[in-house]
Amino acid sequence: MRFRARVEVQLRPGIADPEGATIERALPALGFDGVAHVRAGRSFSFEVDAPDEGAARLTATELADRLLANPVIEQSRLELEAI
Amino acid sequence: MAPRIGVVVFPGTNCEHDVVQAVEAAGAAGVLLWHGDDNLGSVDAVVLPGGFAHGDYLRPGALARFSPVMDAVAAFARAGGPVVGICNGFQVLTEAGLLPGALQKNGRLRFLCEPARLVVASTSSVLTSGSRVGDELTIPINHFSGNYTCDDETLRRLMDEDRVVLRYADNPNGSVDAIAGIANEAGNVVGLMPHPERASNALLGSLDGLVLLRALVGAATARAAA
Repeated sequence: MRFRARVEVQLRPGIADPEGATIERALPALGFDGVAHVRAGRSFSFEVDAPDEGAARLTATELADRLLANPVIEQSRLELEAI
Repeated sequence: MAPRIGVVVFPGTNCEHDVVQAVEAAGAAGVLLWHGDDNLGSVDAVVLPGGFAHGDYLRPGALARFSPVMDAVAAFARAGGPVVGICNGFQVLTEAGLLPGALQKNGRLRFLCEPARLVVASTSSVLTSGSRVGDELTIPINHFSGNYTCDDETLRRLMDEDRVVLRYADNPNGSVDAIAGIANEAGNVVGLMPHPERASNALLGSLDGLVLLRALVGAATARAAA
């Protein structure tokens, strides 16, 4: 089976995010009011061949933890769908 | 005979020749090592120099840690060999798990390229053994991701174990506790954001980096003799 994985990486809560803060500071000048708590992050997508969803999830999670995110400062969220 | 200091070159590294010249000024022989090799040859110390290893893609240092040479660097470090990561090299060492914590984007998102005033915080490392605690050094920084970050427990351990080796006098990048450089438990692995090789000749405006590199050459000499 083949699965499409999407991994979203963001800084952990409590870790300063100067990128998100800078975006947030620009918002009032653009007329966006009432927007708060902006956090920047990155998104990755890839396809995994695996016998079942559990195996695909294991591979994708390990890939996210060992490479895509630095667990010291970042956390990742995985979405998986069969294709 | 002069000790041999290996300077690792990843694709995108750009400070290797400066480091070779500086360690030679400090009394060692500099040897370039290619990241794709799985051994270090016969060197007595290793420097991971600055630059943009593997283009800094993903995160600075994130891909470099998978280069074949890094297993050899890790084994050398475990065996007590002196290993110093400068700037991008420091980022590689944290990504490789040889030093704790991480280097985040600078606070205020500024790329910083300027002389930094540093204070020696510990002398129990291969880089600061020739200094005294409280010594002030002026050494250039040149980075976008030099904002040292770690959790409270790690910071407590670094302090308790005397592993914060250098602090900024005026924390330019928002680092936790103004940390500019740290060491591992044994003091033989050191990472720092400032570039000592850029303060190793009077023409460069400061000789303070040479103080650190001479200590490294001393450690390499001791290892060569052992």
